[in-house]
This record gives sequence, C-alpha cells and structure tokens, in this order.
Amino acid sequence: MTAQTGYHATPAVDDLAGGTPMFEASGGDWDEIAREVVGEERIVVNMGPQHPSTHGVLRLMLEIDGETVTEARCGVGYLHTGIEKNMEFRTWTQGTTFCTRMDYLAPFFQETAFCLATEKLLGITDDVPERASVVRVLMMELNRVASHLVCLGTGGNEMGATTVMTVAFTAREEILRVFEAVTGLRMNHAYVRPGGVAQDVPDDLGDQVRHALREVRKYLGQLGDLLLANPIFRARLTDVGTLDLTGCMALGITGPVLRSAGLPYDVRKAFPYCGYETYDFDVPTSTNADSYDRVVLRVEECYQSLRIVEQCLQRLAATAEQPVMVADRKIAWPAQLAVGADGQGNSLEHIRTIMGTSMEALIHHFKLVTEGFRVPVGQAWQTVEHPRGELGVHVVSDGGTRPYRAHFRDPSFNNLQAVSVMCEGGQVADVVVAVASLDPVLGGVDR
Amino acid sequence: MSGERPVPQPEEVQGPRQGELVTDSGSAGTGSLPQPEVVDVRRGLFGARGSGDTSGYGGLVQPVAMPGAAERPYGGWFDEAVDVLAEVLAARGVPFDEAVERVVVDPPGARAELTLWVARERLVTVCQILRDDPDLRFELSLGVSGVHYPHDVGRELHAVYHLTSVTHGRRLRLEVACPDADPHVPSTTPVYPANDWHERETFDFFGIVFDGHPGLARIEMPDDWPGHPQRKDYPLGGIPVEYKGATVPPPDTRRQYS
Repeated sequence: MTAQTGYHATPAVDDLAGGTPMFEASGGDWDEIAREVVGEERIVVNMGPQHPSTHGVLRLMLEIDGETVTEARCGVGYLHTGIEKNMEFRTWTQGTTFCTRMDYLAPFFQETAFCLATEKLLGITDDVPERASVVRVLMMELNRVASHLVCLGTGGNEMGATTVMTVAFTAREEILRVFEAVTGLRMNHAYVRPGGVAQDVPDDLGDQVRHALREVRKYLGQLGDLLLANPIFRARLTDVGTLDLTGCMALGITGPVLRSAGLPYDVRKAFPYCGYETYDFDVPTSTNADSYDRVVLRVEECYQSLRIVEQCLQRLAATAEQPVMVADRKIAWPAQLAVGADGQGNSLEHIRTIMGTSMEALIHHFKLVTEGFRVPVGQAWQTVEHPRGELGVHVVSDGGTRPYRAHFRDPSFNNLQAVSVMCEGGQVADVVVAVASLDPVLGGVDR
Repeated sequence: MSGERPVPQPEEVQGPRQGELVTDSGSAGTGSLPQPEVVDVRRGLFGARGSGDTSGYGGLVQPVAMPGAAERPYGGWFDEAVDVLAEVLAARGVPFDEAVERVVVDPPGARAELTLWVARERLVTVCQILRDDPDLRFELSLGVSGVHYPHDVGRELHAVYHLTSVTHGRRLRLEVACPDADPHVPSTTPVYPANDWHERETFDFFGIVFDGHPGLARIEMPDDWPGHPQRKDYPLGGIPVEYKGATVPPPDTRRQYS
C-alpha cells in the first residue's frame, strides 16, 4: 500500500486493483444542467403546523427564492373538531358550551353571537333584561382586551421580544381573574345563555373590575412604551404585510386589519347589538395598512374597550337586583348556580325547593334541562364585532329542541385567506410578522 | 318539493308562527313553489317508534315548514332593493322570476331578514348586480354556509350566502338549492374572492361542487376523507362512555325530542 498523500473519503485510484470501474459526477453535459439548476433555485419550505411562530397549528407552505417568498399557501384543518356538527345533537342551551370552545381566546363572542341568533329566532330579543345585556357587553369588552393582549404578547414573542409577552400575559391574568370570579372558569365559560346569562355577577364585581382596570392600564402603558416607539419594533413591522382597502374588501377582511386600511367598519357601530348604540366609544382607524398600524390599532382598541367597561360598571350599579334572564319560564334556564365545596354547581337551596316542595317545579326543571325549549322554524343571521373581525352565526331551526344547523363564520378563517397576498414578494422572516398581524386563532379557524 | 308525500295544509303547521304562515300561504308569490316550504314531516314524539307507544303521540304528524314567500310590502328597504334588482335584471334581459324564485322575509317583526331564493344558473349574475349597482352595493360577502334537507326531494342541498352593504348598512341572504344527484352550483369567487375558502368548506362538509372555483379541494377534513360530514345522513360517531357506573350512549343514539 502506498503512503497516503492527501485526505480522501474514498480510496485513491491506485488502490483500485483489478479494473474496478470508476464513475465521476463531472464532465459531460452535467455542468450545463447544474448551472440551470442554480439559476432557478426553487425551494418549498413547510412551516408548521408544529412551529412556534405560526400562532397555533397553522401550516404555511412557502416557496422561497433565497430569502424571498415567491408563493405562500395556508394549510388548515389540524384542529377541526366538528363543533358545528356536535351542536346539531345538543339542545340550544348546550350549544353555548360547544361554541365557546371555537375561538378559545375570545369565548364570550361566540357565546353571545349564538345566543343573539337564537333569541332572534325565538323572537325574544327585546325581552332580554337590560342587566343581562350589560353583563354581556362587560364580559365581551374585557375579553376583547384579553384577546388583544394575547395577540400583542405572542406577536412580540414571535419576533423575539419576550418581555412583551410576559407583560401582556400578566395583564391578561388580571382579566382572567375577573372571568373566574363571574363564571367560575378562566376560559370555555358557557356563561351567556339564550335569554340572558347563567347567573348574576358577584356583588363585589365592581371593585374587582376597577382593580383589574387599573392594573391593565398600567400594563398597557408598559406595552405601549415597549412597542410603539421602539425603533427596532417599528423597523420590523412598518410596511410589512400590507393589505390595502381594495384587497381587504375583495377578501372580506374585517376587524383591525380592515380598519388599518382606513375603513371605520365596526359591527358595534354599523349593526348594533346588546345596546352598543348607547355606549360612548370610538372606532380607531389608520391608513398605512401595515403590521405596525395594526398593533397601534389593537392597543387603542384596548383603551376604547376599557372605556366601555367603565360605562358598564355604572350601569351594573344602576341595575342592581334586576334579573339577568328572560322572564319567560319556558325558556329561562331553571337552575340557580352556587359555589359549593366541590366547585360551582346547582344551588342546594334550589334543589331542596324543587325536590322537596314542588312536584311541578321538578317536572319543569327536568323537562327544560333534558329536553330543552323549542325554537320556531326559520333561520337567522347574527354578527358581532369579534377581536379579529366580524363573527357571523347562521342558525337554522326545524322547530325542534336542537339546532338544525349552526354555522359560524369565523373571522380568523376568512382573514387567513390574505396570507398569500400579504407575504408573497416579502422576506421569509416577514411571514411571521404578517401572520401575527392577522392574529389567527386556529381553534376558530378549524372549529 | 316534498316528493310523493302529500303537501300538508297550512292548518297542520305547528308552532308559534302559525298566524304568519297561514297569511303567507295565500299570497300569489313570486315563484311557482308551494308555500310554505315544507322540508320534512316529523312523525311521533320523544323518538318513540314502532310498538310500545301507548301515549298516542306516535300518531302526531308535524310538517316542518320553513317560512314561505313574503307578500308585498316586504317592509323597510326590502321593497326598494328588490325593485332595483328586478330593474337591473330586466335591463340585462333576465326576467326577475327566472332569477329570483322567491322573496322571503323572516323572522317576523322588526328584526326581519331578507332572503332571496336564487336560481343557481343566475347566481353569479345576481351577485354581480348586488355588488356593482350603486343603489345595492353589497360589497362585503361574509361567506357561504350549507344546509342539508334530505327530505326536500330535488332540493336537498342549500348554499346560503350572507352579504353586507357597508355603504347602505344593509344585510341580505341569498339561498340556492341544488339536488343531491346533481350537486353543482356556480362559484361566486369571480365576484366575491372572499368566498374562496368558504366554498371549499361547504364543498368539504356538504359535497356541493362549486363550478368554476379556482381550486376546490377539501379544507378542514383530510384530502382522502370519505363522505361529507355535515350532511344529515353522515353519523356523528362516538362511543359509549362509562361514568359513575352508568353507561352514557354516544350523543346521536340518545333519545331525541324533536
């Protein structure tokens, strides 16, 4: 064996005794082919569904040329749980338990939209007590702030600003404590029911909310300082993920993304529900239509929501002791809830009354809880202003005790259609920013 | 419409809206469809079938009648919008009755919603007019939803479109029916690109084929999924669950009251 003269992964030619054939991947016409390949390098990258920066189980199929995204497509469906189908097999009241799980960051919006649609079919929209509407508005606006905080926090986190995330989630925690005090749960509340809400708010809610408002304001101020004037943040978001008004209208985009393009369309103003026309608040808009403006709008919307919450607190004080459920006993949920040793459940006092003293009350309770109420034949459409856009509910009743069909037009689902338009031609790193500015929640997208 | 079954008389219609339905049934209507729209006939109560029903409820016959065609005046801006639509359709040489099968106003009262039942051949034309005419200007489409009426023979699958006019502050619903044997509806994506994913979803869940859609693939279910899950003949699935010694049956096999 000759001495090794260089470093080779394969033996030197000398070692190949016996006429072993040798192949080389060079020469011939391959040089030409290799040049052509370099000229049209086309790489398809699968981003997600298990990727920390896609805001959930969103799959992005990116075709990239160097650092430029030439094509972007979304793949959804990884979180599809058939909630709409399930709702067809439960009573109208049980429906709120299902739809609250769609967009899990904004549960009160699905509940309220579904209940408003059901009430429209029942023809009891005007009979819903004022206090119930005030409680709904209070919960929705607090929920809007909580949802926007998650959007800002996770959006910041995806760009590497971890402090933004910790501040936002600390602020959200204050709101979740209020939710827990009112509904017993931090998410998936099923608190809004057809005809009103499940139970009245605790007596000391005013103090709790005021405390939460003070804290949230403080943290919102910190977030504003961290984000809005930060030159790195601005450079990262300005003119990224732009979608002008034409694009928004064509793709049916609503919510902060549409308002960042300059159209002050807000369902609370355009088609008021729950008495929103009587509250004093503004709809912020801007005209740059980029990711930075959407952050500014979300922060501003949080402050507007806090304004509404303060008005709700005044109205709650003015309507103390008033009912929170329709007077019609054929619809109103019969149970009274109370907090016991093992959590929230039926009030023992109520059970004692119906079990011990009134056979009719027991029958009524049994019938309404197991069978549910009948809803007249027809269909209804109700939309609410969700943190991410216009949430629509289409319910069809065949006159039975269960929805014949319940369809939710989730704003995240619709808005994700804009990903191609917002990302193509930009940088790979900007895809994360653009998707974060749409703020999709995949639980709502896939339902 | 209701196939071989006898068309129930309005007197048989159950439910709180009997008054309205009886009034509607006398109208001349805009289409040739029987009114109200009977989509199913429900027999019995409490899910009791066959022998063992000693209550007499087993003899109940209840037609499920969706609200029928409305009579003029429809109320509010509805008349004006329908008039404008008829005018523009006429200018394009399309008779109104041929494009719009019926006009439904429901639920009764101040919160009534306008529904136009559109012939599927004319759907895209109607959408184009609704979007482009300055007096209509329904520029925002909030998606497509499907409904399956398996007993409405010849019109089993419905596609429902919700349009919003930001300019005029109005809302409108379009409903298109197609038979299960020929589940084709023209795609509205040329007029409303926003309906792209919504039509994919409706195809995925109901099997309505939107002709002319740029890429009609399943969106929520896996690509190789058999069947269309939101159809009424598609089972919910589920397994019995044992809880505190008792066995709870899956939801679709529990007793149902409607």
